[in-house]
This record gives sequence, structure tokens and C-alpha cells, in this order.
Amino acid sequence: MLNLLWLAPALPLTSAVLLAIFGSRWPRKLVSLAGVGSIGLAAVASMLVAWSFLTAPPPGNAFVLPLWTWMAAGSFRPEFGLYLDPVSLLMLLVVTFVGFLIHLYSTEYMRGDEGYARFFAYMNLFVASMLLLVLGSNLLVLYMGWEGVGLCSYLLIGFWYRDAANVRAANKAFLVTRIGDTAFAIGLFLLFTQLGTLDIQQLMQRAQSQWPAGSTLAIAAAALLLGGAVGKSAQLPLQTWLPDAMAGPTPTSALIHAATMVTAGVYLIARTHVLFTLAPEVQLVVAVIGAATLLMAACSALVQRDIKRVLAYSTISQIGYMFLALGLGAWSAAMFHFMTHAFFKALLFLAAGAVIQSLHHEQDMFRMGGLRRELPVAFWSFVIGGSALAGLPLLTAGFFSKDLILWQSWAGLNGSIWFWLCGMLGALLTSLYTYRLVFLVFYGTAKSHVSERPGLAIKLPLAVLCVLSIFAGYLDTPPHFGGVPRLSNFLNSTLPALEEVHVGPVITEVTTALTASLVFLAGFSLAYLLYYRRRVEQPAESALARFWAAGWGFDTLYSWIFVRPFVWLAEVNRRDIVDSLYTALASLTQASNGLLQRTETGHVRWYASGLAIGSAVFLGLVWWMR
Amino acid sequence: MFLLGLAGLLTRRNLIFTLMCVEVMLNASGLAFVAAGSRWGQVDGQVMFLFIVAMAAAEVSVGLAMVLQFHREHPTLDSDAGDEMRG
Repeated sequence: MLNLLWLAPALPLTSAVLLAIFGSRWPRKLVSLAGVGSIGLAAVASMLVAWSFLTAPPPGNAFVLPLWTWMAAGSFRPEFGLYLDPVSLLMLLVVTFVGFLIHLYSTEYMRGDEGYARFFAYMNLFVASMLLLVLGSNLLVLYMGWEGVGLCSYLLIGFWYRDAANVRAANKAFLVTRIGDTAFAIGLFLLFTQLGTLDIQQLMQRAQSQWPAGSTLAIAAAALLLGGAVGKSAQLPLQTWLPDAMAGPTPTSALIHAATMVTAGVYLIARTHVLFTLAPEVQLVVAVIGAATLLMAACSALVQRDIKRVLAYSTISQIGYMFLALGLGAWSAAMFHFMTHAFFKALLFLAAGAVIQSLHHEQDMFRMGGLRRELPVAFWSFVIGGSALAGLPLLTAGFFSKDLILWQSWAGLNGSIWFWLCGMLGALLTSLYTYRLVFLVFYGTAKSHVSERPGLAIKLPLAVLCVLSIFAGYLDTPPHFGGVPRLSNFLNSTLPALEEVHVGPVITEVTTALTASLVFLAGFSLAYLLYYRRRVEQPAESALARFWAAGWGFDTLYSWIFVRPFVWLAEVNRRDIVDSLYTALASLTQASNGLLQRTETGHVRWYASGLAIGSAVFLGLVWWMR
Repeated sequence: MFLLGLAGLLTRRNLIFTLMCVEVMLNASGLAFVAAGSRWGQVDGQVMFLFIVAMAAAEVSVGLAMVLQFHREHPTLDSDAGDEMRG
């Protein structure tokens, strides 16, 4: 049964190719069938694989499916193979299942779009690349998937390419992530030259045996991989592309920019955790980046007007939590939060899409309001997804995963009270901006007319994701709430187990959970007071709010540091310096041509005299040489 | 005599005169051949002169035809008027 694994990436890929070639000629029904059906079959295949993996675990709790040797050039013989262990199995299930729901949703959301087949071709290609990324046994295969998802992200952000702003957003996303990708590629070169292989498992073994902890090479390799992860996962300082990426269709934002692709960086770090363990300094940097990003993005989310941008900043912030967990060595906590986040963030984005569609593509929250009765499905989705995001205690999935990270941020191996405080502050802000969104959009007076209500293909994925957002948390509950850490135990066969070092009389799991609950309540009540009682009708206009709304001025900063000098240089060098050599050659030829042209007077006598003088000179020469 | 013809060729603009100057130059070179032949007792000089006479006849016929054509194109015989193909 495990051999069915190859079907998971192959099916969406086939469908993407077929749709790209024949899609424009096929009827819509067939396009939907191919687009959604391939992902559905992939989901079924991955569930069969998961079932057989769980019932009869392969030896070593990992399964390798070698397919073929990609290329052979001397000692460089990367194998094209698939690798399945608990971490990639979790990713596989989430990607195919959430991907399937989002595809189903898209059949209705993109119904009237002229690029219907193109959309599904891109989406299928994305899922195929993402699965290659997740399942690749070799860093090169992983890198191929990595670039594939980057390409699909670019294509889908610029999906409505007739609007120049969308195209600019797509270019920005592509270029900014490319910075990270370049670091990643250099990291791959370094690993290959130093360790002689790119197979992930061999790589990890050799790194462990050849590199002492804290050696320069390990630090360099880990830092370069971190660069790639930071770019893809939109963390500081490469986070600027994600809010603009919301220019794409909403299902895209849900699938790529919330649930799956942006967490590829988290997956990469978890996959190569050995390197990060060997480089404790870099690991600390990961934690600091995560903590800083989660606070910064949460502040920005607080002052946005656009409903999708709030969710975008909240995604950055939640991935910040995952990075924090990774940096603290709480690998399985990060994966757990990845899973719950995929469910509730996909839910939130899809619900936001339903709201946006029923209001004629209105995205400004301050022009919404009172939609509670008009769009009950979207309302309940937002309440459930938002509560999961904010971490409503005991009920929602987000609470358990975030609580684990918060607990680890203090009690874990590298934990400290500062990380814990950052996490708590982030949780407060999360709860505040989430309920600000809910109150602004669904309460108060209605300001826009609802034109259409979502149909079954939208309601069904929302309902399924609602259920998952609530119950996925019970996979891994802390001991005090009567649970067993099933998911952690499962993941711990590949990832190092969570450790609890700093445990004291005050610092216990229960106090953290209680504080988190209090913080959630504080955020909720603050939002209630500010946006429900006192019904703010206009966004805040202070300088700080503007600064936050512009994403802490990072765009301006980069524009000053990188874009302008580059444009200046380009303008200076508009007449290419190297080119001037060739233009000089050309003008020299032209000048001599002009000179010779003068002699062609057209007067016979001039020619005759030229002949005479020439022969006289020649004869003179002969005479003189005699 | 050769230099006389050359000077006339370079200074006169009338095409007829140009042709006549060319004739003068041809005859000068023919005379030089004959003189050189008699000086060294060779018959080649006189043979060469016969060639030159034949060639001069052909040259004059072609040259006069071209002069006629030139006069038809330009209502003048000024050789400098035919400078359409200057660079």
C-alpha cells in the first residue's frame, strides 16, 4: 500500500499538464472534474498510505520509495525518490486534504472567471510541487518542489494579470522569495561539496558524524538554509511580499499563502533539524526572528482595513510562532501548530472569500458590517476559525498548539521568560485583531448589500474545516487536560522529543495555560469594548497606526536601500559602459567612411589626376629604390 | 608629348578635348615604343604600335558613342556635369 505514494504527486501533475494543454477547449464540468478529482484521488491515495503507515509502521518508521536516478555526473548522482516519515506524512495529509477542500471551494468561487481552466492548471501544479517538496528524499528534489511552488505562487498572485498592481505584487513576491532561494541554493552547494551527498537522511548522518557542534561549516549551512526558509515563510526581514500577495484570488491565498507553501520554511527547518542542533547560534536566531516577526506582524494586523491583509499579517505572525518553536527546539510543537494553523487559516481565508464575493469584491472592513444574519455560514466560520486563531481555551485547536509553543518557550531547552512574554503579548494582539475583524464585519449596521449567497461547494469545505479547527487540537493535549500527546509521540520517532528543563513551582503547564486563557480573554474584551460597544467607524489615524499599517515601513526602507540605488545605477548605466567600446568602433568606421567619401567627387578629371599622381609616385619609388 | 596630353586631359573639361588628349597620349606612348624598338633593333616596338593603333580605333569609337550618350543626358559636354554618382 505504501507504494501508492508516488500517485500523490503524479496525479495532480498529470491533471495540470492536461489542463494546461486541453483546458481551454474542455467544457467547465470536465475541467472541474479533472482539477478537483485529481486532488481528491491524491487525498485518497495519501489516506491509504497513511492508514498502512499507521497500522504497519515500516522499519525505522520511515519509508523510502526510490524512483530513478535523476542524473549521473561523476560522484553527483542524486536519486529521485520519495521519503515518508511521520513529519512528511503529516504534511502530505494536510496538503492533499486541505488542498482538496480548497479546490472544491474554487469550483464555485471561480465559476464565472474566464481563466477557469488556467486557474485549475496552476493550482494542480502547485499541489504537485508542494507534494514533491514534502516527499522528496533528496534535497535537490525538495528544491525542485520549492521552486515549483514559488513559480505557482507567482502565477497565481498575478492571475488577474490585466491589473498592473497584481503583476507588480507577483513580481515582488517572486523577487523577494528569490533572495531566500538563492541562499538556499548556496546552502545546497555547500552541503554537497562538504558532505558529498544531497540525500537528506545520509546528509544528516554525515553532518552529525563529521561536524562538531558549533563548527563554522555547520553554522554557515544552517544559516543559508535559514535564509531560504525566511524568504519562503515570509519572516523578518523578507516578510514584505506576503501582504501584497493577497492580490491573487482568495482560494489561492488560502491554499498557498496561508495553509501550505508559506509553511515550507518551517518544514525545511524541521527536516534538517540536525544541522540546526549543530549550530545553536543559528537556532537562537531562528527563535529571535520568530518572536520579532510574530509581534511585528500582529501589530500590523491590528490596523489594517483590508480583510485579507489582516489575515495575511496574521499568517506571518502565526508562522512566527512556528519559527519560535523551531528555534527553541520544540520541533513537534511547530509541526502541530502548522497543522492546526493550516486548518483554521484556510477556514478563515475561505470564509473571507465568501464574504468578499457576496459583497461584490469589497475588501474594506470598514465598509462591511451587520453581516451576521445575512451570511450565517461565513459568520460561524469566522467565529470558529477566529477563536482557533486567537486560542479560545479548551475548545479550539489553536489553543492547544499555541499553548504547547508557549509552554515550550519557557520550559523548553532554550526557553526563557523573554520568549514567553513575547508569545503572550503576541497572543493578546492576536485575540484583539481577530475579534476586531469579527466585530467590524459581522456586527453593527449593514453598509453593503449582499448580492449572492454562497452555495454548497463553498459551504461544504467551510463546514469540514470548522470541524477540523475544533477537533484537530485533541490530537495532542497536555497532560493536565486529560490528554495524551499522540501527535508529539508520533512525530518524535523522527524529531527529537520535547524536553522540559525550566520547570519550577510557578512555571508549570497549568500557569501557562491559565495565562494564555486570561490573555485571550483580555484581547477579546478589549476588542469587544473598542469595536462592539464604541463601534469605531473609521480606522485609527495616528502616526503609529500609519506606521503599523504600512508594515513597519519595511517597504519604504527597502525602496530606499535597494530599489532606488539600483534604479539610479541603471539610469547612470543606461548607455552601457561595455557598449561604448563597440559604438566607438562603429563611429570610427563611419568617420573613415566619410573621409573616403569625399574623394568620390564624380569628376573624371579628379580620377585621372589621381591615377597620374599615383603612377608618378610609383615610378618615383621604383626610380628611388633602384 | 605624353605630358602635353596629360596636361590637356587634366585641365580641359570638354569631353571631346579629353578624348583628343587621350589620343595624343596614346600616340606619344606609341612613338616611344617605335623609338625604343629602333634604338635596340627590335621589331617588338613596331608590333606594339600596331596594337596601340587598333586599340585606339576601338577606344575612339566607344568613347565617341559615350560622348553622344552623355550629350543626350546632359545638354552639355562638360565632364564635371556628370557627377551624379559622387559619394
